[in-house]
Amino acid sequence: MSKGHKRLEKNIILMSVFIVIAVSLGGLVEILPLIFQDQVRTPSEGIKPYPPLQLAGRDIYVREGCYNCHSQMIRPFRSETERYGPFSVAGESVYDRPFQWGSKRTGPDLARVGGRYSDDWHVIHLINPRDVVPESNMPGYPWLLEATVDGELIQRKLSVLQTLGDPYTDEEIAVAAAAVEGKTEMEALVAYLQGLGLTRSGR
Amino acid sequence: MLNSFWNWFVIIISVGSILACWWLLHWTKGVSDRSDDDDGSTGHVWDEDLRELNTPLPRWWLHLFNITIVFALVYLVLFPGLGNFAGIKGWTQIEQYDAEIAQAGEVQKVIFARFQDMDGDALMADVEAMDTAGRLFGNNCAMCHGSDGRGAKGFPNLADNDWQWGGSYDDILTSINAGRMAVMPPHDAILGEAGIREMVAYVQQIAGQKADAELAAAGKTKFMVCAACHGQDAKGNPLLGSPNLTDDIWLYGGNPEDIELTLLKGRNGRMPAFGSQLSEIHSRLLAAYVKRMSGS
Repeated sequence: MSKGHKRLEKNIILMSVFIVIAVSLGGLVEILPLIFQDQVRTPSEGIKPYPPLQLAGRDIYVREGCYNCHSQMIRPFRSETERYGPFSVAGESVYDRPFQWGSKRTGPDLARVGGRYSDDWHVIHLINPRDVVPESNMPGYPWLLEATVDGELIQRKLSVLQTLGDPYTDEEIAVAAAAVEGKTEMEALVAYLQGLGLTRSGR
Repeated sequence: MLNSFWNWFVIIISVGSILACWWLLHWTKGVSDRSDDDDGSTGHVWDEDLRELNTPLPRWWLHLFNITIVFALVYLVLFPGLGNFAGIKGWTQIEQYDAEIAQAGEVQKVIFARFQDMDGDALMADVEAMDTAGRLFGNNCAMCHGSDGRGAKGFPNLADNDWQWGGSYDDILTSINAGRMAVMPPHDAILGEAGIREMVAYVQQIAGQKADAELAAAGKTKFMVCAACHGQDAKGNPLLGSPNLTDDIWLYGGNPEDIELTLLKGRNGRMPAFGSQLSEIHSRLLAAYVKRMSGS
């Protein structure tokens, strides 16, 4: 054991510093440069910030942990595009904070689920999935019918997103609370799902 | 494309960390300096006599590590990874995807070429065509109509030869390609509370269920409200998608409560249009499959 090596292994502070440097290298190369690339910061054609009701639905999607079983990322493989539609591109997720790409598919990918089913189907399916898909193992979410969306909160979320650079206009923010007035969480979630992936799915 | 700064940032860190791994490996593998401890241990002692030995890395393990370093360098020369350098093989993800699609297209062209000139009846009779159509049905139709086509409450049973929008091959093809929108308006205002109760009884009666005869007779006098869509004989109208009320087949349930809800709130059945998702031959295969499934 050389002198330097011995010093490194026996000094926990020095060792920690080198460990931090070593584990950060991957992120520095693979993540950091992307943050500054137009390709991932410019919205794809037709991609707009979420309207208030869809934004509320998106937060319910996150709250209920939908991403634990559903990805929103169609990879460029034939087996995926045949089933789900055109593959996902980075510019589609610019207004997703955080993105919902996910890494596990217990259920199907939802990146292009918009327009694939009727609104009624979604409501029945979310209350009890077995009513329409007998072999499904997805849990039901019946409480979404009872809870209503908080308009004031949505309005504040919109203005926070505006300060982060999402192009919401002041008029859009002013009417945001009215737009979700009296809507149930079910309606919000269905609106979000029905809007997913439309710009590239051709529906 | 990365600009020049990020390009070199990626290249220097990537190559630098690989070389650093190699250096680290060879810096620490040596066993030359054991002067501080004659027994070849690191000097660490636990539990009175448990010592950590300073044994050199096994030779085979060291070589495996060397191989991974060589592999990484070769990979970065062949494939994209170092900043904007595309790799000498010129591989891209999209090209591989396009090639995959083109290859599958060739294979499918041969299979679908045989179906291309077949009409509905010929497709229905062809085992291979129906196998293919069954897989298309599983991916595109089964989530609403069920994998066996028997539907669910609110989603039509395709296997019973009862049709809202017509059951000919061409009608089914239109339903698939263009979708359908059925509108049963709410009738609470027109019929009133008592009127709805009477109409429920009458609808039960003509469907062949047991019903209160007095209420049903009263309901019958108001049936002209319904006849506009369901027809004077209540047998429905495939042009409007209004169902036949004289059989005991129910899309939204045939209990008095279900019928009452249908009358009160109305129903909006919607079949999404699949024309933009499916190729022409896919739609025709599905139409034949559904027709065959209904046993007609």
